[in-house]
Amino acid sequence: MLAAEPGVTRILTGGTDVMVQMRAGLAAPALVVDVKHLTGLRAITPEAGGYRIGAAVPGAVMGEHAGLRALWPGVVEGVELIGSTQVQGRATMAGNLCNGSPAADAVPGLVAADAVVRIMGVDGARDCPVIDIPAGPGRTTLAKGDIVTSIFLPARPARSGDAYLRFTPRSEMDIAVVSAAVSLTLGADGAVTAARVALGAVAPTVLLVDEAAQAIIGTRLDDAALAALAAACSAACRPIDDKRGTVAFRTQVAGVLARRAASIARDRAHSAGDAA
Amino acid sequence: MPRDNNDTRVFKVVGTRPPRPDGIDKVTGRAMYGADVTAPGMLSAQILRSPHAHARIVAIDTAAAAALPGVKAIVTAADFMAQDDAGLDDILVNCMARDVVLYDGHAVAAVAATTPAIARAALKLIDVTYEALPHVTDVDAAMRPDAPVVQAGRANESVPAGMSPNVTHHCEFGHGDVDAGFAAADVIVERSFTTAATHQGYIEPHACLATFTGEDKADLWCCTQGQYNVRTVCAALMGMEASQLRVTASEIGGGFGGKTTVFIEPVALALSRKAGRPVKIVMSRDEVFRATGPTVSSSIDVRIGMTRDGRITAGEAVLRYSGGAFPCGTVDMGAQSAFAAYDMPAVRTLGWNALTNRPKEAAYRAPGAPMAIYAVESVVDELCQTLALDPLDVRLKNAARKGTLSSYGPTFDDIGLVATLEAAKAHPHYHAPLGPGQGRGLSAGFWFNFGGNTCVSLNINTDGTVGVTEGNPDIGGSRAAISQMAAEELGLPYEKIRTIVADTASLGHNDVTDGSRVTFAVGLATIKAAQDAVAKMCARAAAIWGIDPDAVEWVDGAAQPCGPNAGKFPPMSLAEIAAVSFQTGGPIAGHHEFNADGAGVSFGVHLVDVEVDRETGATKVLRYTVFQDAGKAVHPSYVEGQMQGGAVQGIGWALNEEYIYGEDGRLQNPGFLDYRIPVASDLPNIDTVILEIPNPGHPYGVRGVGETPIVPPLAALSNAVSRAIGLRLNRLPMSPPRILAALSGS
Repeated sequence: MLAAEPGVTRILTGGTDVMVQMRAGLAAPALVVDVKHLTGLRAITPEAGGYRIGAAVPGAVMGEHAGLRALWPGVVEGVELIGSTQVQGRATMAGNLCNGSPAADAVPGLVAADAVVRIMGVDGARDCPVIDIPAGPGRTTLAKGDIVTSIFLPARPARSGDAYLRFTPRSEMDIAVVSAAVSLTLGADGAVTAARVALGAVAPTVLLVDEAAQAIIGTRLDDAALAALAAACSAACRPIDDKRGTVAFRTQVAGVLARRAASIARDRAHSAGDAA
Repeated sequence: MPRDNNDTRVFKVVGTRPPRPDGIDKVTGRAMYGADVTAPGMLSAQILRSPHAHARIVAIDTAAAAALPGVKAIVTAADFMAQDDAGLDDILVNCMARDVVLYDGHAVAAVAATTPAIARAALKLIDVTYEALPHVTDVDAAMRPDAPVVQAGRANESVPAGMSPNVTHHCEFGHGDVDAGFAAADVIVERSFTTAATHQGYIEPHACLATFTGEDKADLWCCTQGQYNVRTVCAALMGMEASQLRVTASEIGGGFGGKTTVFIEPVALALSRKAGRPVKIVMSRDEVFRATGPTVSSSIDVRIGMTRDGRITAGEAVLRYSGGAFPCGTVDMGAQSAFAAYDMPAVRTLGWNALTNRPKEAAYRAPGAPMAIYAVESVVDELCQTLALDPLDVRLKNAARKGTLSSYGPTFDDIGLVATLEAAKAHPHYHAPLGPGQGRGLSAGFWFNFGGNTCVSLNINTDGTVGVTEGNPDIGGSRAAISQMAAEELGLPYEKIRTIVADTASLGHNDVTDGSRVTFAVGLATIKAAQDAVAKMCARAAAIWGIDPDAVEWVDGAAQPCGPNAGKFPPMSLAEIAAVSFQTGGPIAGHHEFNADGAGVSFGVHLVDVEVDRETGATKVLRYTVFQDAGKAVHPSYVEGQMQGGAVQGIGWALNEEYIYGEDGRLQNPGFLDYRIPVASDLPNIDTVILEIPNPGHPYGVRGVGETPIVPPLAALSNAVSRAIGLRLNRLPMSPPRILAALSGS
């Protein structure tokens, strides 16, 4: 049906972006398909030590899922920053991804987590890393007729943790001016054995900053390592000057947030190790 | 006017905190706001707005839109009569552009159709040919001689020759020998400041429903702070007699001064007259930001001299305001209020207004004062730091008090500034320790307050209840306060009074709900109307008893003979007199109509603690206390609400709120996502301390309280942030990128 429609189409789950865009006159789709009642789209399912999260699972449901929170706290905290309490009852992580905003709060955490998106297309189901979905402001690599059905957050080793931080002028009900997510795993000696660092709102799409990850792998996140992490993040930024922030501000704060997120992720990894 | 034994009077109802009569309806969704009125056969209208900051309208082709099925009327400037009065004509041109669009969002045409969707579709079919003109949105740029000219020929006689045609107005206030004053100073600090235009940020967008029931007879329902002003303006613009236009004010979801003029009402009336059907207009949030009144934007130089021991010897300020694309006198109030808190031997303020391609300024709580006092209070604070003096001591040392020749001319009567400063100094907040990265700021604030034309009727119902009819929309709990004052004067319980806001056909003229005037002036008229009714009730009782009316007094809600010589009769309560009123001469009502004087100026002091994140430039407000003289707090909860609300709006103004224009002169943030008013989680509890220094101009001592609280936060926050980071900031808002840039030295 979506593939056959010649005009603009939208897939609706929570509707917290689509409805707002339609009301504001920013989108006038010829066809809107509400998929949230399709079988399985509203379920969080344990799978291979991780969780498969249906595309229509609202943020509030993720926030109340103890197992998911324990395994991927940084992903969940990113999702929970979307909108107000009321919006959380509708807004979905998949919708946040598919909306294509470079400032999307759910996406850096998903990229740091190396989450995998399952897409039902005209030719059947396929899996795709999250990092490959965003294509630019308001654009994704999804084809017409593609429906994201779930996002898979994998299992992770002991002593792993993740965290997401964003900068907003207000404490809530706001959009990220710059954001950072860090996911890392510590060895038994407390040194970082694996890390992924993602930045939001500093480029046309979310950035996975390998140099930043390399800056902390093998370290115990001492001040020098954290400074190197911050510098690598700032160096990776390709932001714009706009009404929400300047190039200088975003570049500097990206590093600050990544450093702070890494410290939180480390603390969480220690806690996860203690609990295990 | 003398007070009625105010120092000894024991109030029974005034000073208590009964529930507001409109509260339940508002929290249950029953209250009728501007967009809630409908009428049979009603059309929906949409307004086409300019995408240009400045452009000539070469042609408007509405033929295709008019041909769209469902479109019933289209209006442009051609459908309105130009006005002889320049002020009225500016209002009209702001409602519908004539020949030239003057700002992004300026209305150029409007369509009424059977559905909103058809009206929106019709807007896309209107073909406007524009010829872009150069634009200017910055006040300093607009004053340069070579600046793009927004409107020519608008300067009044106060403007010297040779200035940019954008400069429309100049004013000067002060007294004393300023040069001698600066010569006597040990330290002189001179700084320049800028403040951004901010929006009132009311939650309810403008909405109205207009219906012509004959060629020259119409009804208009709208969300406004002044239905009589709407009637006056719209009747003139529509060429109608005032009596034939009845305006009814809806409940109001916030106004803060921004609903003291008209934007859509004349358009709805013109469409209704043309279509012969009721027409409703509801603005979108985008339209509210782009086309309704923000404050002025400002650029201000301040110079103050001080002796080593903290005595101000002279002060001088030059204020450059822009109220958008139309002449604006708000700078007068800034120039008058800038130094009002100080007793100064020499002071001079100069004000300039310049046109810019921005929307027409509308009032916003104490219009013109917050930015002027921000600049002055910032320099005073820097002087205190330079001289290592306590900022409260310095303000006390220089405080205006009774007998002070004010910086704007009058000599002050009883005012509460010293008591307010002393209360702040004695408060634990002022002495609480600060942590690292934290700073404490304070500022005094001032507003004139206003009385104005007021008319109240008070009807004694036969069941012993009372209806008060007043003409000012209730924007801050005024129906509760007015009911309290009626109850106090009549000796009735609060619950026996119902106060309503009348339409323009039901009561004489009332000035707009502005100038913090309603509790003062409408309250005073209510007291007088109650006294009028009491006199009539005493006369009825006297007639029943067969004694002289002068021998009857009113005590605790009942008429009684005054003294044993008057005769021995048991008291007659209001209910008893009312029950037999049809047999004793007919219905009983009290009235009072006047132009209220003696509003009494108002001072406040705000204390704030902040913590600045030096790595992100983010400011967190940790603690906030408002001290203000209310004269007499009729309903203390609503006085506190005004103090808290003003503080919160000022915090937003200081930290994040601003109209952001691009190089193209278009507003970049017409919505609450990117125009950042604070949310609840951004704020600490705003503590309040009400002082009661009675206003000699009111029988209970009431002063208006609604505007003063937005004046001090700008400087209080700036002083706190500056002390926290060890750098003096001179530009509002102090958004995180600006603070971080200042810390980075860039």
